[in-house]
Formats: sequence, C-alpha cells, structure tokens
Amino acid sequence: MKRLRINGILGALLLGIVGGLALISVFWTPYDPMKVSLRERLNPPSLIHWLGTDEFGRDVLSRIMTGAAESLVVSICTVAFAVLFGTLIGLFAGYVRGLADRLLMVVSDALLAFPGTLLALGIMVIVGPNKYGIIVALGIAYTPSVLRIVRASVLSAREREYVEASRVIGNSELVTMFRHVLPNCTAPLVVLATSMFGWVVLAESGLSFLGLGVPPPAPTWGNMLASARPHMERAIWLGFAPGLCIAMTMLGVNLLGDALRDRFDPRMEDR
Amino acid sequence: MSDKPAMSDKPLLSVRNLNIEGPNRLRILNDVSFDVAPGEIVALVGESGSGKTMAARAAMQLLPAGVLPAGGEVLVDGADVLSMNEDQIRKLRGAKIGMVFQEPMVSLNPAHTIGSQLTEGLLLHENISRDEARSRAETMLERVQIMDPRACIKAYPHQFSGGMRQRIMLASVMLLKPKLLIADEPTTALDTLSQREVLEVMVELTRSSGTAVLLITHNLGLVAQYANSVVVLERGRLVETGPVERVLRRPEQTYTKALINALPRREPDRVPAARTSPLIAAENVSVTFPGAGTAFSSAEPKLAVDGVSLSICPGEAVALVGGSGSGKTTLGRALLGLVPLSSGDIRFRGKAMHSATKAEKREFRLSAQLVFQDPYSSLDPRQTIAEIVAEPLDHVPGLSRAERAGRTREMLEEVGLGGFGKRYPHALSGGQRQRVAIARAVIRNPAFVVADEPVSALDMTIQKQVLDLFRKLQEQHGFACLFISHDLGAVSRMADRIMVMNRGKVVEEGSVGDILDRPQHDYTKALLEAAPTLAITEKMSA
Repeated sequence: MKRLRINGILGALLLGIVGGLALISVFWTPYDPMKVSLRERLNPPSLIHWLGTDEFGRDVLSRIMTGAAESLVVSICTVAFAVLFGTLIGLFAGYVRGLADRLLMVVSDALLAFPGTLLALGIMVIVGPNKYGIIVALGIAYTPSVLRIVRASVLSAREREYVEASRVIGNSELVTMFRHVLPNCTAPLVVLATSMFGWVVLAESGLSFLGLGVPPPAPTWGNMLASARPHMERAIWLGFAPGLCIAMTMLGVNLLGDALRDRFDPRMEDR
Repeated sequence: MSDKPAMSDKPLLSVRNLNIEGPNRLRILNDVSFDVAPGEIVALVGESGSGKTMAARAAMQLLPAGVLPAGGEVLVDGADVLSMNEDQIRKLRGAKIGMVFQEPMVSLNPAHTIGSQLTEGLLLHENISRDEARSRAETMLERVQIMDPRACIKAYPHQFSGGMRQRIMLASVMLLKPKLLIADEPTTALDTLSQREVLEVMVELTRSSGTAVLLITHNLGLVAQYANSVVVLERGRLVETGPVERVLRRPEQTYTKALINALPRREPDRVPAARTSPLIAAENVSVTFPGAGTAFSSAEPKLAVDGVSLSICPGEAVALVGGSGSGKTTLGRALLGLVPLSSGDIRFRGKAMHSATKAEKREFRLSAQLVFQDPYSSLDPRQTIAEIVAEPLDHVPGLSRAERAGRTREMLEEVGLGGFGKRYPHALSGGQRQRVAIARAVIRNPAFVVADEPVSALDMTIQKQVLDLFRKLQEQHGFACLFISHDLGAVSRMADRIMVMNRGKVVEEGSVGDILDRPQHDYTKALLEAAPTLAITEKMSA
C-alpha cells in the first residue's frame, strides 16, 4: 500500500512535469520554436539555450515544449478513440455473443494480425499525414487489443450471479450491461489504456520519425528525434532531450496507471 | 480397530499450548492443546474464523504467508514440527501426514491426468517403478469406490463430480499410508448424498490402516456420526473437549450449547396456508441444455428437467430437495423464466406466460424474485450495500429520493444490517452478504421468491440465523416461496410441503410429516438416511 502510493505520486509527478511543459508552451516558450538562426547551428546546451540548438539553430527547449503539447494531444486522443470504440464493440460482442460476436472478432483478429505501426502506416496513406490522420490511424490500429481485453472480461463478468440478479430485479439488458458488467471490467482496461498511452507516444514518434506524422517544421518528439539522427555524433543533446521526454512519459503513465487501478477497486481499499 | 495396540498409549499428534499470530500480531490461536491418538478420529469444530484450519495447517507447517506460530509446540510422533527445517518437513508431508482440502473442484490439478497426480506422491516418497505405482493407484481407486479405475487413471479431473473428486483426492492421500490424515471441511462443498459416500469411504479406509484422522468441520451432525472425540474452538480459544457422546449430550459451555442448538431439528409442522387458486404453476415443464461436446462434434443435448408439474399457492412455502445434478436449480430458474423451456408452460396468476403480453410478462418479472446460492458472486462488488438493496426500487414508479432511502434503511434494519449501507460486499461475512441478497429480493414486496440453496455455503450457526430471518420475512411479507436445498434437515423448518427431485423428475411430493416420517421412494429414503443433522437431533432427543 505504502509503496503503491509512492509509485502513484512519482508517476503523477513525472506526468505533471511533461504536462506542465506542454501547458506552458501554449502561452510562452523561451524562444520561437520555428525561428531559424543559421548562425547558432548545433550549439551545445548553454545558459542562453538550456538544451542547445538544432541544425537550423532553433531552440531545442522551446521545441520540446511545443512538441510535448502536440505529442500529448495526439496520444490522449488516440487512446480515447481506441478505448471508446474498443469498449463499446467489446462490450456488445461479449454480452450478445452469437453471430455478431463472431463476425466482429474475425474483423478484429484480421486487424490484430498486422503489426500496429504497419497498419497505421497503411491507414495514414489513406487519411493523409497530419495530426488527425495519426489519431484515426493509430486509434484504429489499437482498437482490436482493447476490444479483445474488454470482451474477455465481459465474458467472465456476464456469468457472475450478480448479472443474473440484475435481470431478476427487472433491469433491462442495457442497464445490466452498463451498470453491472462494464464497471467490473475496468481494472484490466485501465492498465491497458495506460500502457497503450505509452505505446502511442512511441508509435507517434515512430511515424513522425519516418516522416509520416505531423509534418515539419511543426515539432513533435518523434520528428525531433528523426531530424537529430544525422547529427548524433556532433550533437548528442538533440536526441537526448526528446528521448528523455518519451521515457519519462511512459514511466509516469505506467506508475500512475497501476496506482489508479488499485485506487478504483473497492476491494483493494483496506489492504 | 487398531492393529498396532502397542502404540496406542502415546498420542500421534500432540498440540501443546499452541499460539498462532497473524499480521499485526493479531492472535489467531490462543493457548490451544489437544491430542490425536493413533486410529482415532478427532473432530475440530468451530465457525469460520475460529482458527480451526490454522491449527491443522500448523501441524504441516503450511501456514499462509504472514501467519506465524508464536509459542507452543506441535509434536508428531514426538518430534516438534514447528522447529523442523524445510527438508525434514517435506519428508513428513504426504508420507506421515496427509491432507484433504475443502474444495474438490480446485484441489486437483486440471492439467494432469488422475493417474499422474496419484502416482506423483508415490514416486516422490517411495522407491518404486512407474508400473508398480500405477497398479497401486488402481487398487486404491477401487477401494474408494471409483468405478472402472483403469479408465479413471487416464481421465482428467473435470470428468468427475465433486464427490468423486473428493474420493480421488482421498485415494491420492491414502496411497502414501500416512499415520495422520487431516481433512479440512472435506464435504462442505458437497450435497448430502456425496457427503455421506465420501465420509463412509474415509472412515473405512482409515480404520483399516489404523490412520488417525483430524476432521475439521463446522457441522456437528458429522461429528456425532463419525468422530470419537471433539475439540471445540471459538475465536482461537479452546472451549471444550472430550468424547463425542459426552460433549454432545451434556455440553458444559454455553458456546457448545449454541452450536448444538443451531442444528436443524424437527419443529412442529407449520399449519399449511389455505389452498386457494395457485399463484404460480408449472405444467409439464421440460428444459434441455445443448450438450458440451468437443471442438469437432456436439454432444447429446442434456435433459435437465423432465416434464415436471407443480403449483404453489400465495403465501405457501414449498421445499424442493435433491442431490446435485438433479435439476432442482434449473427448475427454479425455469419457474422465473430465466432459462427457456423446451416444452410445457408456466402460469402466473392463471395467465400462461407462453402467450402473455409484454406487460404481463413484465409484471411477472417484477413480482418474482430469486435468492442465489453463492453470496460471494451474487452481489456486484462495485456497489455499496445500500445501492444493491435499493436497486430493485428503480422499477417502482413514482418513488421520491427520500422514500427510496427510507425504504432501503427500513429493509436493512429488518435484515439486521442497519448501519451497513455504506460498506461494500467484500467487507461483509458470508452470512451478512446473504442477508443483503435476501433484502434485495424482498424490498419490492414480491409475490413469489425462489431461494436457491441460500444457506449451503454458510456455517451451521449462521445457517440457522439466516433461515430464521428468511422464515420471519416470509411470514411477515406473506410471499410464496420455493426453497431449493439438498439438505432435508434445513428444509424441515422452512417448508409447508416438500418435493423430492431426482434426475429431472419429481419422485415424491407431500407434507413435511409425510416425507420425513413416511418416505415412499427409495431416493427419498437415501436422502433422509444421509442427512446427519437430523440423525443427531433424533439421537439426542431419544
């Protein structure tokens, strides 16, 4: 219990830093993140530029902050997309069973058979390389795993006697589904959603790295990493800063996710 | 009965001033001492939480994590178990002390064949060949009355019923010829008939090999029938000990008296409610389930209820009795419309449900309720007690928030749970949970309640309290009730009428007196004979 609480606080702190940076960047950044200054190319970290400058002389700290906002918005929207659709479809499939379930599972298994990033790449080609394209593409790519988890929990939850008890009381199927089945499936879902948040930050970075994400010059952690690659030998700080941000976010999300899951389960209260 | 009389003076297991502490230095056992002599059957009796399981587990150093002995000693054949190291204790487990657990459904590993689980211990403790181990396993299976042991060896646990699994478990333990058998509530999860089979086999086996038995149970009826002496525990303290006859006939302590009082006994038969037009009636109801089958073939459909007709009048309490697999639960659910009928019809207030309008069906749904068997899975763990009990009121139109809260509070008071509203189910004991389930079923003033083995998962003393509560509510609210049970003893105090069910058919039906005193059908007679709780009360009043 003690250990969990410390983990939760640590996770919240890490996310708080990243989120705080993103929030501040909306109103203020040390320099204009887009301003090219060829005279200051590839300057190492100094008092003037805390995290140094990149190959066009842009301030890395400013770009990290703006990129944080971009990356977090994309990740949150993607996770929300996947969780919303995955949960609704999974709940429906697991609760109704039968032919509808089988058809939905065939489609979802087909999607699962592709590697997530590859699938997203394919979808990106159709929707186009921009912020919304990433959200839709990654959202669709990650929906099947949510669907699987939710359906599996629903299958076990719907056999519990309190579900039948709800029917005996006179509740409609819809009420039973949302009031008694869904809340008892959330524990694995919270864990999945938090770790998925991490994957999406990574996948988004990966797509941007490949040049398919948010198009430059707008900064994201991914395309910053990508543009840092050719200069890695001379300017290590260029890759270090966005990499550290990605790592911090993932660690924070995982720590907080575990703590949240335990917090929301009434059975864990007095343990 | 012992063929080695030379040993009989020295106790085989001797527990001396044993103290056990749980997390936060909570005392679980307090200064408990008792002996088990070779060939003797000693019963360790107490309610859940009395520490009886911990006392027995200490004898094998099988205490759960965080629970530690805190003084005293446990001598097996003169050697103190508590001070043994891992190697010494492993030689003791299985070979000298065997243990049978409560849950036959989970104590056998579903991934291994019966044969490999039986021979596992033999090969570990004795230096014999596989073939020899197998043939000894087969002999032992035959002795625990498993038909066709040869096929059984190759089968998996899921292919057997609870009673058979418990006998297989017993066989696997007795194969090693232990000197002491610890049986931890071995029959609590079984119906009356399989309970008797398992215990008869256990007594026969241990008598013939001179094995001592420590039988842990909450059921004094079993104690009276099978044990030589009894140790009564209450909240970690030893309350009373002595020969069974003495303790049960002339208990000295109030707690022992309370335990004995909780045994179901014949009460004066209730005056049956006047037979009017039936509230609910089943006409020739049959229910079939599709067979499980394998991945490549579907099995024969299973006929669970086979052409049953019955009728229940308003305010009448009818008991439905039968062993596991007799179809009694399915019939109860079919009456509530929870499983589809394959033929026949249910009539509610004279209306055939088959051809009823939507509104009539809804009225039926709202006025018929069910109390489930397992209080642990019938309450939603994410709702508070007040939310659970209030939920049925969602379907009572025109109820204000305050009225709703008031009704809920009254109902909780009525079942003796006033002030529990804000808690969650996991913080309640089994008996308390079952009270919540009953409150939920009764709060809307139903006309008909099906109670599906509502007390079979509970301790004897708690059973009595819950049954008394249910009976009180039934009389006050005047709902008709179908009380499903495998225990004729529990049923005799609840019902106006008893129906006995076997293999999907009602084999006998009559008043409580008729069934208990003048049973006609062989199955009823077997059930009656196997009901230990009745036997003891008769023995004691005789």
